[in-house]
Amino acid sequence: MIDSSYDVIVIGGGVVGCAAARELSRYDLNIALLEKSTDICAGQSRANTAIIHGGYDAKPGTRKAYYNLKGNMMFDSVCGELDVPHEWNTSLVVSFSPDEDSQIDELYQRGIQNGVPNLEIIDHDEIMRREPNISEQAHKALLVNNGGIVCPYELTTAYAENAAKNGVTFFRSSPVIAIRKENEGWVVDTPEKSYHCKAIVNCAGLYSDEIHNMVSEDKLEIKPRRGQYYLVDKKYAKAFNAAIFQVPTVMGKGILVARTVDGTVLLGPTAEDINDKTDKRTTAAGLANALEGARKTWPNLPGRAFITEFSGLRAHCTRNDFIIGEVTDAPLFFDAAGVESPGLTSAPAIGVDLAKMVAEALHASPNTKFDPIRKGIPKFRELSNEKRAELVSENPDFAKVICRCETVTEAEIREAIRRPVGAVNVDGIKIRTRAGMGRCQAGFCTPRVLEILSEELGVPLETLQKSEAGSRYVYGKIFD
Amino acid sequence: MKNVDIVIIGGGPAGLAAAIGAYEAGARDILILERENALGGILKQCIHNGFGLHTFKEELTGPEYAQRFIDKVNEYGIPYQLNSMVLDINAEKVITCVSHEHGVQQIKAGAVVLCMGCRERPRGALGTPGERCSGIFTAGTAQKLVNLEGYMPGKKVVILGSGDIGLIMARRMTFIGAEVICCVEVMPFSGGLKRNIVQCLDDYNIPLYLSHTVIDIHGKDRLTGVTIAEVDSHMNPIPGTEQEIECDTLLLSVGLLPENELSEMAGVELSPNTSGAVVDETLQTSVPGMFAAGNVLHVHDLVDFVSEESELAGKSAANYIKQPKAEKAENHRKVIMGNGVNAIVPQQISFTPDHDVHMMFRPRAVYKGAVITAAIGEKILFSRKARILAPGEMVNFTLKKEDLTEAEHDLPITIEIKEAA
Repeated sequence: MIDSSYDVIVIGGGVVGCAAARELSRYDLNIALLEKSTDICAGQSRANTAIIHGGYDAKPGTRKAYYNLKGNMMFDSVCGELDVPHEWNTSLVVSFSPDEDSQIDELYQRGIQNGVPNLEIIDHDEIMRREPNISEQAHKALLVNNGGIVCPYELTTAYAENAAKNGVTFFRSSPVIAIRKENEGWVVDTPEKSYHCKAIVNCAGLYSDEIHNMVSEDKLEIKPRRGQYYLVDKKYAKAFNAAIFQVPTVMGKGILVARTVDGTVLLGPTAEDINDKTDKRTTAAGLANALEGARKTWPNLPGRAFITEFSGLRAHCTRNDFIIGEVTDAPLFFDAAGVESPGLTSAPAIGVDLAKMVAEALHASPNTKFDPIRKGIPKFRELSNEKRAELVSENPDFAKVICRCETVTEAEIREAIRRPVGAVNVDGIKIRTRAGMGRCQAGFCTPRVLEILSEELGVPLETLQKSEAGSRYVYGKIFD
Repeated sequence: MKNVDIVIIGGGPAGLAAAIGAYEAGARDILILERENALGGILKQCIHNGFGLHTFKEELTGPEYAQRFIDKVNEYGIPYQLNSMVLDINAEKVITCVSHEHGVQQIKAGAVVLCMGCRERPRGALGTPGERCSGIFTAGTAQKLVNLEGYMPGKKVVILGSGDIGLIMARRMTFIGAEVICCVEVMPFSGGLKRNIVQCLDDYNIPLYLSHTVIDIHGKDRLTGVTIAEVDSHMNPIPGTEQEIECDTLLLSVGLLPENELSEMAGVELSPNTSGAVVDETLQTSVPGMFAAGNVLHVHDLVDFVSEESELAGKSAANYIKQPKAEKAENHRKVIMGNGVNAIVPQQISFTPDHDVHMMFRPRAVYKGAVITAAIGEKILFSRKARILAPGEMVNFTLKKEDLTEAEHDLPITIEIKEAA
């Protein structure tokens, strides 16, 4: 039995899926997005290094190289339309011994081949002038002037909100368990419902192989590659200006020291090939590697600076490139598979291309009512006192600071729940407002955030989850 | 902009006592800014007894103890603003504050008493590897959920760290029907008060594993267990000592950190030993007219000492309003932490103090039969033999005003623990 029918179903609510959904909503199409987790932005998009990569790293001629540069060039317009914080703070790829210098030259040449503008090679003195806290061993560096940073959660939720505004229907907690060809289209099964559609866009990240393999004989394999990180208190936001890379290895771009748009500093990631796509543990060995790597860049890294540790899984495809486009033996099934780093940077461009491919195949006309603009939730912490006073007079909930460390107000938290594709759990509040992301790591604000969620969603507090089903906080009232 | 003589930031035990101290020293234009919806601070959720033994010679609960001070604040008619979050404070003592009632306010203070208290160290600060599941709470968060909200945080509990809140919560969780499996402490001694070990663990047969820590956390969604291991003298886990414990809740009681973000905005110099402001015997910080007291200055064991200290800070603020003293460093002697002494307060003392000076510090380790001394040059100002000294119990003693004034001015004062032979 079919519960509902769409022109297009996007599978996966990470940054690529949400970008694709939003770009598809520029066309006169009936679109749904299915997300396996309780919330969008649950996989790679939630745990990554938050870099807008310049595009020097990928092998020339690959889709990674193509989408990286194309995506990079879209960030000003996309972040402008969607009100997403980003910053062009440049990247530096640094050699820490003369032995590594040749790799800097190779990256420079590769960047030129990829069409990356304004690359420069700088020497020790210039590195030290730009980055006084970097190791004295810094020898030579590739200065990537088009390198930047972006808030990955806000980019993802902003794409989703704008997609929803333009008519895309989101179904969360809806893992796809089967796909069948039926009646001139596809039937997509989730445990509770079945959906019919004309075209499918596979943006399932780590699981994009499994989704692809449901319809194609040309099998894909995604190997999860785990990266562990430390997060440093924003007290050290000014330690480095650029995102600092070390020379890359076969496993990836190495350990970075990279400030986020919110002022915290990420150290990592490690790169470990693992077998379990749900194994997001941090390990003593992994954290030690991340720290040792970061100290190579930042020898005076303070020992008590950390506020948390986490790991993310990269969707590494054994074919070593992004798989983008219509699948040869499955017409009207489109892949965005194996999108690992630089996936965040590439997402805007992948979204546009996928939408074009699908629209052409379905002969869709433009959506004349498409509105590209999304306004973010006001960030009380970043506003002037005049603007703050204005907000408080309009809505007194702006006067109630719930998260002390990040100065997040009750108004922001309530809005994060009320928005389209809004927060349904504690981590959802966190990625949309930063409540709980600061130095106390949610010690003070958790009880109040639970109360607000309970009120807004109209559910008992004891049913609320941290993120996935089974991650509840409390076991009911002590006394009835 | 509103002008107020003395603004007290925080309406917990420190802020309340500071307000009372300032009032009793003659100040009348006082304002307490409290971010929560009631005065009392953390005491609101400390429903166990044991407060006030030192001050009132009776055993009160936290809310009862706080109420005595709130009553006095009301009796004196000292104004306070609830639901008022201070967003910024600068060295000119201009405070930016937001509240429902007053919107965004700027207040110019003649003197400020910083009474923001402290926060708990979270898991992230420890770097314990494992899953990032639910069921991991700081002890204070669990205490709030249980005592103020009435929710059951979990049923099978392991406590990491033996700080006082963790110990109190071991007993509390037992009372509400949870099974507390053990308390695990990485150091070879407890970080909490002896009386809490006895009354909260021993009385309920909850084992305390010293020199042990949690090395792994299990559970993809909710916590399902932890791995603990014994540690060597460098605090590294000893291979072969690992044991897995099934539990759904991990409470962390691994230290408190003074909340000095506002102090830093104002340019107040902080001590790396206390993580609180560097102060003189009047509790004035490096910013003239800005005072600090309570857990924002250094983490105390007993609220009684918080009250005592804060009353002094309030009084000093009142004196400052009457007669501001600008520079000060040259008229002060440094307090040097000698053998075994950590986290001393105050860190400097005037050559000519107006009153006896109450000194507080934490021993660096456990000492038996040691002697605490304070000396300026050859002159011993204070000496006391202590049966047992431990980092979990703050040491208090008083230096006489006359002794300090008479001692040679250019010399520092050294506090040390002379270990028993």
